[in-house]
Amino acid sequence: MSMAKIQLATVLATLEKLLRLAAWRYPEFKARLQQKDFSAEIKLRDDSCGRCFQFKQGKVTSKSGVHPADVTMAFQNAEVALRLLKPDRSQLEFLHAAKNFQMEVQGPDELTIWLAETLNMLLTLGSQYGVDAGQGVKRYTTNTNGGPVFVYVKDGKILRITPIEFDAEDAEPWSIRAHGKTFTPPRKTTISSHTLAWKSMVYSPDRLLYPMKRVDFDPNGERNPQNRGISGYERITWEEALDLVAGEIQRVKRDHGPGAIMNGSGSHHTWGALGYWLSARIRFFNTIGSTVIAHNPDSWEGWYWGAAHHWGQSARNGGGETYGTVEDLLKNAEMIVFWSSDPESTSGVYGAHEGTIRRQWLKDLGIPLVHIDPYYNHTAAWLGGKWMAPRPGTDSAMVLAIAHEWITEKLYDEEYVSLRTHGFEKWRDYILGKEDGIAKTPEWQEAETGVPAKDVRALAREWGGKKTYLAAGGINGFGAACRTATGTDWARGMVCLMAMQGLGKPGVNIGCLQQGTPVDTRFYFPGYSEGGFSGDLAGTALAMNLFQKMPQLPTMNTVQQVVPRLKIPEAIVDGECEGYPTDPRTIEGQFFKFRYPSPGHSRVKLYYKYGGSHFGTMTNTNRFVNMYQTDKLECVVNQSIWFEGEAKFADVILPACTNFERWDISEFANCGGYIHHAFTQCNHRVAVMQHKCIEPLGESRSDFQIFLELAKRLGVGANFSEGSTELDWCKRYFEATDLVHQVSWKKFLKKGYFVLPAPSEALRDPVSFRWFAEGRAKDTPELPPLPGDYSGQFRMGLQTQTGKLEFESSSLKRFDPDDPERQPILKYVPAWEGTHARELFAKFPLYLVSPHPRFTFHTQSDGKDSTINDVKDHRVLVDGHYYWVVRINSRDAAERGIAEGSLVKVFNDRGAVICAAQLTERVPPGIVHSYESSAVYDPVGEPGKSPDRGGCINLLTPSRMMIGKSHGMAACSCLVQAEAWQPAMEVAQ
Amino acid sequence: MKQCYLIIDIARCEDCNNCSLACKDEHVGNQWKGYTAAQPLHGHRWINVARHERGQFPIIDVAYRPTPCMQCQDAPCEANSRGAITRRSDGVLLIDPGKARGRRDLVESCPYHAIFWNEESQLPQKCTLCAHLLDNGWAAPRCVQACPTGALQFQRLEPAEMSALASARKLRPLHPELATNPRVFYANLHRFDRCFIAATVAARRNGRDECVAGARVVLLRDGSPCAETTTDPFGDFKFDALEPNTAGYEIHVYSGDQPAVTSPVPQLEKSISLGTLWIAAVETVS
Repeated sequence: MSMAKIQLATVLATLEKLLRLAAWRYPEFKARLQQKDFSAEIKLRDDSCGRCFQFKQGKVTSKSGVHPADVTMAFQNAEVALRLLKPDRSQLEFLHAAKNFQMEVQGPDELTIWLAETLNMLLTLGSQYGVDAGQGVKRYTTNTNGGPVFVYVKDGKILRITPIEFDAEDAEPWSIRAHGKTFTPPRKTTISSHTLAWKSMVYSPDRLLYPMKRVDFDPNGERNPQNRGISGYERITWEEALDLVAGEIQRVKRDHGPGAIMNGSGSHHTWGALGYWLSARIRFFNTIGSTVIAHNPDSWEGWYWGAAHHWGQSARNGGGETYGTVEDLLKNAEMIVFWSSDPESTSGVYGAHEGTIRRQWLKDLGIPLVHIDPYYNHTAAWLGGKWMAPRPGTDSAMVLAIAHEWITEKLYDEEYVSLRTHGFEKWRDYILGKEDGIAKTPEWQEAETGVPAKDVRALAREWGGKKTYLAAGGINGFGAACRTATGTDWARGMVCLMAMQGLGKPGVNIGCLQQGTPVDTRFYFPGYSEGGFSGDLAGTALAMNLFQKMPQLPTMNTVQQVVPRLKIPEAIVDGECEGYPTDPRTIEGQFFKFRYPSPGHSRVKLYYKYGGSHFGTMTNTNRFVNMYQTDKLECVVNQSIWFEGEAKFADVILPACTNFERWDISEFANCGGYIHHAFTQCNHRVAVMQHKCIEPLGESRSDFQIFLELAKRLGVGANFSEGSTELDWCKRYFEATDLVHQVSWKKFLKKGYFVLPAPSEALRDPVSFRWFAEGRAKDTPELPPLPGDYSGQFRMGLQTQTGKLEFESSSLKRFDPDDPERQPILKYVPAWEGTHARELFAKFPLYLVSPHPRFTFHTQSDGKDSTINDVKDHRVLVDGHYYWVVRINSRDAAERGIAEGSLVKVFNDRGAVICAAQLTERVPPGIVHSYESSAVYDPVGEPGKSPDRGGCINLLTPSRMMIGKSHGMAACSCLVQAEAWQPAMEVAQ
Repeated sequence: MKQCYLIIDIARCEDCNNCSLACKDEHVGNQWKGYTAAQPLHGHRWINVARHERGQFPIIDVAYRPTPCMQCQDAPCEANSRGAITRRSDGVLLIDPGKARGRRDLVESCPYHAIFWNEESQLPQKCTLCAHLLDNGWAAPRCVQACPTGALQFQRLEPAEMSALASARKLRPLHPELATNPRVFYANLHRFDRCFIAATVAARRNGRDECVAGARVVLLRDGSPCAETTTDPFGDFKFDALEPNTAGYEIHVYSGDQPAVTSPVPQLEKSISLGTLWIAAVETVS
């Protein structure tokens, strides 16, 4: 026997003792061993060495030699076995051995995965987590879409949720000196209002606590799809539910072929790098093969389909980089123009109130502010300044008029335009009227926007005469104006205006202090869109870095079929549709039109929906309601935390738990990928161990566990989990980050968070686009654009063909120069839903704007009987029902007999929503405002055909693409009428 | 002895509702023995964020006022409570759930509407300033901890120190006419209880409408100047913190030494945006 074999025999003999010792020492391990009775043979492939382990009634025994067993783990040779059985084995070596069949495991998934997890447990036993807070209270940590938190737990129940206040050993913050003042953020994290509602959401009466099946759905008989959303549910066991779903997955693949399964999620999920929608979910659905729902870039839209053609930035969906802009703004800016920018409502995104603290400094400095928004939004109301309210979808007319004044009064940076931009003359001539005989003057825009010419003229002069930051959207690349019929034009206009003013020069940039804090961007902690353990190299940013740092099995979806999210109903009901991709790799990625169904693929028969958000977040969503009642969907599964929205239209409901009830790991506001370095919204980078604070409620389970159980039934359990538990994956993730150089796993796990030290002033990032303005190589810390996208030297210039800011877009000239909706230079195209749509406007004379909501994160915190319902600006209690708020000018309300707090039917040809009226001067006459993202769909009559008193404003919004050659929603171009509503009218409806 | 005070700056409040939601997080489903019974899930607003808009489109402002129990020194609730409401030595007023059961009258006794009725437990309930946390070493109540802007501040001060601070920072109690001596003080309360007069000054120059920046604007009352300002780059001006329901105001906009336009102002029942005041055309040589 070779030395290696002797060693292996010793290791295997020791393993038995280790298992017994662990069971003696750790009650949880003792309990674990009592779960299964079976035998496992660990051996070499040639049977020259081996040991058989017997697990029986909680006891482990073993005997040397090769014996028949329920599970066999066979290694190619003793050297491989020794490498992989080490406690500190390399995961890369483990995966390498598995992929090359140097290690093979045979046996039922249930047992093989149990064995792998049990052996891994030996490495994490005795881990301590959470801090004793006295009086039987334990303080855990977790992270949410609105900031990281302490979670105080007593007797297995959440007591309270608070922001994280730093202790003495946590890092000190940065300071910025500007205008003789020193600004330093407080040593704590902030949280969003919806985060403070989490306890009520965890214990919501709408929680799904056990699996359910629609009462008249029989997979072996009548399925009654016409009753989805109508017939009720009955409780079933997990065994029944999982068998049913796994059975249907196999049946539709067998009966219809590839593509028959479609999976989709909302845009968001409960926070956590491993549990977010771009990780566990994708790993499972890639593993089983499924039709993908392509997300439109719903928060970026116009930036992606428009602005990217003028400045590139495709990796950021057309939004821009933001490094160093907080310090630059405070030191150098003389004015800020907020244009469709309400960071106080949207928290940027995931940014809690971190930016609020910094914007408060604007008051100390007295920097003048302008707010351009049809709604006098919360940022405007709080900070003050000049308010201008263009009609929704007309912003690009104001853009042109501002440029007109700059041209005619020589208020732009002529040198910058000549050196750093391309195609200005053509745009200038259009603006001056040389092309169409119409000069785009402030007077001309007044007819479109409703904003007085004098105000636009004054704005142009102030802006042209001062170093100005443009806050375009709540973070760069967002804003409700980018979700109008002319959203591409607004976003293009934002870039063109900055190109005239010298983007990147001191005090001249894009931002509103929401991004660009001087935190350490060079410290690697991946964000959620880097794909977690998805294994997905195509659909996430995993390939860039995390795939190397956290070796994992790659997953490839074998189904090459995609449904554009905004056209799911057409795909299902009509059986065909087409779309354009959200592909951030290059500017041109968006040009590749695709069709559904794909060649040789099945149409979708099984829809496995993750969460219930689409009625509240997509457009013209009665389409989605009606879709559920077609027999073309043979089976609908919904995996959801709460019984709401689309979850009420499923055939089978799988109850998932919240992230307070499972393990995860993440960083504050770090999404990565399309908002690379999104944590620069925060005053401190905070890495968070997301403790499993409480046990899952009822029979609910983590998404990971649900997918794993299904995967086991399909024989792909090992492919899904690699034998790692959720906590194992957290540790693997931790080890992939630069945290390992700062803090031990043991300490991080116990304390639950780590504050990354701020870099010294000398190590702060340069200001974005300063390099560009000064004609130097790019010196900001982002990898994109890809090397092949440079026309000149690598890192010199932008991603555009000319490498410059392009007033005349090369990519649009190449793609379709004659597209009237998206011409190579920005021109004014009236919105297809607005005053120019005369017949429609006569019938529905009110513009409805529906920005992202303030008090709910998408649909996540709304409804559910959560405490958010008590926020007066969110919902209003009328006759026992919490109604969504619509804001209407006092004059419009008076004309319609609508009183404060009374019920209003807001409607058009697409549907009707019953809201509670808020009478206000915050919208001009002719405009109404109501946030999107209601979680509640509550039709007063037949679903899909009657008014909704849940507040799904998107029942009313148009499903037309913002421009034909896009997959972009124009939800904020929506004409409606409003009238007083009496609950008695429900009967008549 | 040092007393507990709340100082609330209305100009810093942006209606995020973190205060009221933190209050619910702390009290819904949690019973703090010796302090308060659990708050019901819905309906109670132990810290109630009131909204107030002033002016007319397009010159408006909006303010929010978090309104908790005022912890009044001369609290009508305490006076009417027959021992069910007691004051601690630090000034915090607590409702005793044992003695207050069924005492719906205590809800009515508060002129600030800061006491709420819990139907299920048949109890009047209100803000305790999170005394159960303060007694356990917490630096501030939950609402203050959760406030991102510092609009809410918790202070432990001697009454004399508080008086000095109030006069230095021009803090005012809400509704002093109720004479209850609140321990909650407000900064920038004028955003709620005073009025503004605002307008835009414009002129037609060279055939174009222009905002008039830097124009001197004088507010007169009964013919006498009482305030003066200049227009901003958009021609806008605003006179703020005027007593409501006063009358006799007039606006004079100057061009040089002479009033270029004068505008009477209706009685100030509420804040008024007068719209655009046009001054005579000034032709300049281009």
